[in-house]
Amino acid sequence: MSDQDIEQYKITEEPFYEAQSDEVALYEAAYKARLPVMIKGPTGCGKSRFIEHMAYKLGKPLITVACNEDMTASDLVGRYLLDANGTRWLDGPLTTAARMGAICYLDEIVEARQDTTVVIHPLTDHRRTLPLDKKGELIEAHADFQLVISYNPGYQSMMKDLKQSTKQRFTGLDFDYPDTKVEASIVAKEAGIDEEIAAKLVKIAHTARHLKGHGLDEGISTRLLVYAATLMNNGIEPKRACAMALVTPITDDKDIRDTLLHSIDSIFA
Amino acid sequence: MTTEFQEYRDRLKCSFGQLEDVFDDCIKDALRNISKQGVDDYISGASMVCMIGRGFEPVLAYLEEMPEISQRLGEDMLKTVSQAVWDMSRTPNGVSIPPFMQCLPEASRRLSSSEQMKRFIGIIFEMMHATTGSIHGHHTTFPSPGLPDLLNQVPYLLSQLSLDGLKNWIDYGVRNYNDHPERQKDYFTIQSADSKAMLQRERHGTLYMDHERQLDLYMRSMWELHEYLVPYSMGFDELRKPQPYYDNFGMRIPDVFDERNGVSGIDRYRIVLAHMAGHKRWSEKQIADNLSPFQRIAVELLEDSRIEALTLREYPGLKKYLLALHPVPVEGSCDNEHESCVRHRLAMLSRAILDENHGYKNPLILDCVEKFHAAIKDGESSTKDMLSIAITFTAKTRKQTDQLPKIRFENTEVDYRDDNRHLWVFIEENDEAEDIQAKPQNADMDEPEGLPPRHYQEWDYSTNSYKPDWVTLYESLHPPGNAADIDKILEKHSALANYLKRILDLLKPQHYVRQRYQEEGSELDLDVAIRSLIDFKSGSQPDPRINMSHKHDGRDFAVMLLMDLSASLNDVPDGCTQSILELSREATTLLGWSIEQLGDKFAIAGFHSDTRHNVRYHHLKGFSEHWDDEVKARLAAIEPGYSTRMGAAVRHASHYLQGQTAEKKLLLILTDGEPADIDVSDDKLLIEDTRKAVEELSAKGIYTHCISLDKKADDYIEDIFGSGGYTVIDNVEKLPEKLPLLFAALTS
Repeated sequence: MSDQDIEQYKITEEPFYEAQSDEVALYEAAYKARLPVMIKGPTGCGKSRFIEHMAYKLGKPLITVACNEDMTASDLVGRYLLDANGTRWLDGPLTTAARMGAICYLDEIVEARQDTTVVIHPLTDHRRTLPLDKKGELIEAHADFQLVISYNPGYQSMMKDLKQSTKQRFTGLDFDYPDTKVEASIVAKEAGIDEEIAAKLVKIAHTARHLKGHGLDEGISTRLLVYAATLMNNGIEPKRACAMALVTPITDDKDIRDTLLHSIDSIFA
Repeated sequence: MTTEFQEYRDRLKCSFGQLEDVFDDCIKDALRNISKQGVDDYISGASMVCMIGRGFEPVLAYLEEMPEISQRLGEDMLKTVSQAVWDMSRTPNGVSIPPFMQCLPEASRRLSSSEQMKRFIGIIFEMMHATTGSIHGHHTTFPSPGLPDLLNQVPYLLSQLSLDGLKNWIDYGVRNYNDHPERQKDYFTIQSADSKAMLQRERHGTLYMDHERQLDLYMRSMWELHEYLVPYSMGFDELRKPQPYYDNFGMRIPDVFDERNGVSGIDRYRIVLAHMAGHKRWSEKQIADNLSPFQRIAVELLEDSRIEALTLREYPGLKKYLLALHPVPVEGSCDNEHESCVRHRLAMLSRAILDENHGYKNPLILDCVEKFHAAIKDGESSTKDMLSIAITFTAKTRKQTDQLPKIRFENTEVDYRDDNRHLWVFIEENDEAEDIQAKPQNADMDEPEGLPPRHYQEWDYSTNSYKPDWVTLYESLHPPGNAADIDKILEKHSALANYLKRILDLLKPQHYVRQRYQEEGSELDLDVAIRSLIDFKSGSQPDPRINMSHKHDGRDFAVMLLMDLSASLNDVPDGCTQSILELSREATTLLGWSIEQLGDKFAIAGFHSDTRHNVRYHHLKGFSEHWDDEVKARLAAIEPGYSTRMGAAVRHASHYLQGQTAEKKLLLILTDGEPADIDVSDDKLLIEDTRKAVEELSAKGIYTHCISLDKKADDYIEDIFGSGGYTVIDNVEKLPEKLPLLFAALTS
């Protein structure tokens, strides 16, 4: 059995989240029925923050797993570990969540291989069970357990997509960068910078987002805007801060870099 | 002649009669501008120029121009120039001396130091020596055909090119037209197309063609526009400087921008585009017929100012560029009595709107500026508002002298604004325009046959540069022959085909690749498992990845076979009964058949060339076509002819390969000799060009492999394709067998 402390997964301070539309109500309804939820949206638009916020609001523990290519099913479910006296079973994060009744959040699920993701199937339909075949145990999911996955549909890669059988087990919320005003107020509150500068940052982000598909895979995310604002708060001159936080990380393409630097230069007079 | 100058006159050894008339003035000028020592050099230099025996003209030019030049660039110019003239007179190029003297003053204005000037003279002399020559069998040396033309063009060239650019431009002409006097003349008079193209490429400043993508990105990112940008040339239209404009067919912008007032070329481009994008976003069309020309230019100006104000509201950082580029008319500098000050007045108004520190006092202008700002204070205002402000302003400031033909243009041209043709609707003229359009268009205009020609650059190894648009390539579908011929080949080689089939079965994507070190897999990997167990028994942490699994190894290839169809394919090699063409055809047949079995993407094309103006590229099989009768018929009909200009064909083939989505892309070239063409005398040129083309392909992720049937290929082929990038098949008869096997080896 799991001997982990459930309290460590509780979120104690309210994470700042500004609703874009009715996503909070939709999520609450899905949780009430314990329906699995998938959240789609570009990098840094607030997917993870939204889940944290909801977990706080619902008062449930949240177990987050960042998925990656090398992740195997046992990284999710659990494995036998060897110790001096033989072997010992250790629950994986998914198992822990199912036992304790936490919200299990698989971040960037498409990064995991498709054969790994199928282990979530039995938990996501009416069965709500998780078979641990190595251990010979069948776990009934806790009444509070819910599975949430997120991914970024912008990768446009054949290899990085979910199986239809996986997709069809979820309800979906589509996220995008918030509209101009909301995004500016998010940046302003999150980084503690004044609204006017935040609005300028958002404008720069928009210029970059127009270039998506023309040499940029992703536009400048809200998260990067917050970084830029944070740098400015630490006394860095706006243009330098923007170059560091908004331009250098997202592109190596000289033409795009010059264009973005020019837009920064024209927006921050 | 006055006596004070007699001393100098005596020292000048020159006896032309005309000299007496001008000497006084010249020496006066010289004494005023140059030192005592300088005057001595001046006199001896003039004596030297006189001694060459080219008449009075060079002497006069020297006497008249040198004081000014030496004052500008230093007195060592006096000796340099006279020595240069002397040297030139020792060659057959005496006829070039007068134009040489004439280009010096302009050159001295453009080149700011004596070092630069000496370098310039050096470049001219280099060109002269390179193009002056003797023809075998004649006992005279011939003067440089292009030198006088070049010297006549110097003022224009220096206005367009830096010295380095000039040198490159001259070198290019010398290299390519040294053995063709007429074309050399065309080149140096800037008549020929490639002369213009080269000139364009060597221009100083920011070239549009180098920044096309950046500007496109700019429009997309900051204006959400995807406009078609069309450059127009600034270089060849001296009389009328075109202005940017836009219409339904795109935005027209200059092909080059130099830095001006600290604003870089690329920023000037961006400003021009921002202004037009602003018009597109905020301007509405107005009816022009009700307004007088004066009213119209006032409306245009205020509308431009409104666009700028709105643009700056959006992008305040642009203000420093606008301030730097906008002219600053000086108040009161225009004489209201004798010239028309319309433009001057409006430019002042525009400046005053843009720049709050304008310092102008004219109450009418200040009043109008205030009205403008009031109109635009809350919101975007509109073109209509501008129209009414403009009409009031014109009415208040109108002067009788505005009608004068002498218009003051100085400091009134705002070069980043477009010509505003989009702003007006002409009701009257529109009717006429419709009449014209109503005429039936000539419907049965001849459609050009085949695809339009494509131009490819060619690499010139001697300068390490590309010759722009040098080769013209025509692509066409090869006319079909009899498909049954190809089937006969397959029958003939049925034994070989069976053998190939066995090999191909091995290649088919059915075999698996073992993936080791898996935590979970289909089988236990014993080696690793034992190692882990040992670790475990010895008390250390074992590696849990003791399984292995298997994975399909898929084939994802796109292959293009490029056949050399030059005339030499007609040869029958020693010991063979078939010509190289027949053998190539058989080989291609077997290869095509094999690849069809494998299911890889495959295309076939043939090429030959007849000078750079006519490279023929024959389409035999496309990627989407199957190995069917149509393809076979085309292959059956291939015929050799002409030469082998390989680089352009390779570039064209790569353009097709690039369009394919495949993990690995392979270009196979089947040839029987080195790249060569009848208009190229330097063997190395096309070899180097092909090498460059192969490099370009590998940069695009396309692997090139050459199958050469030339026994002497070892001399050059490694230079082109690199080690391992080629196969030489000495025994040509074996080609049909070797080619599919080679393909199998390359792709397994």
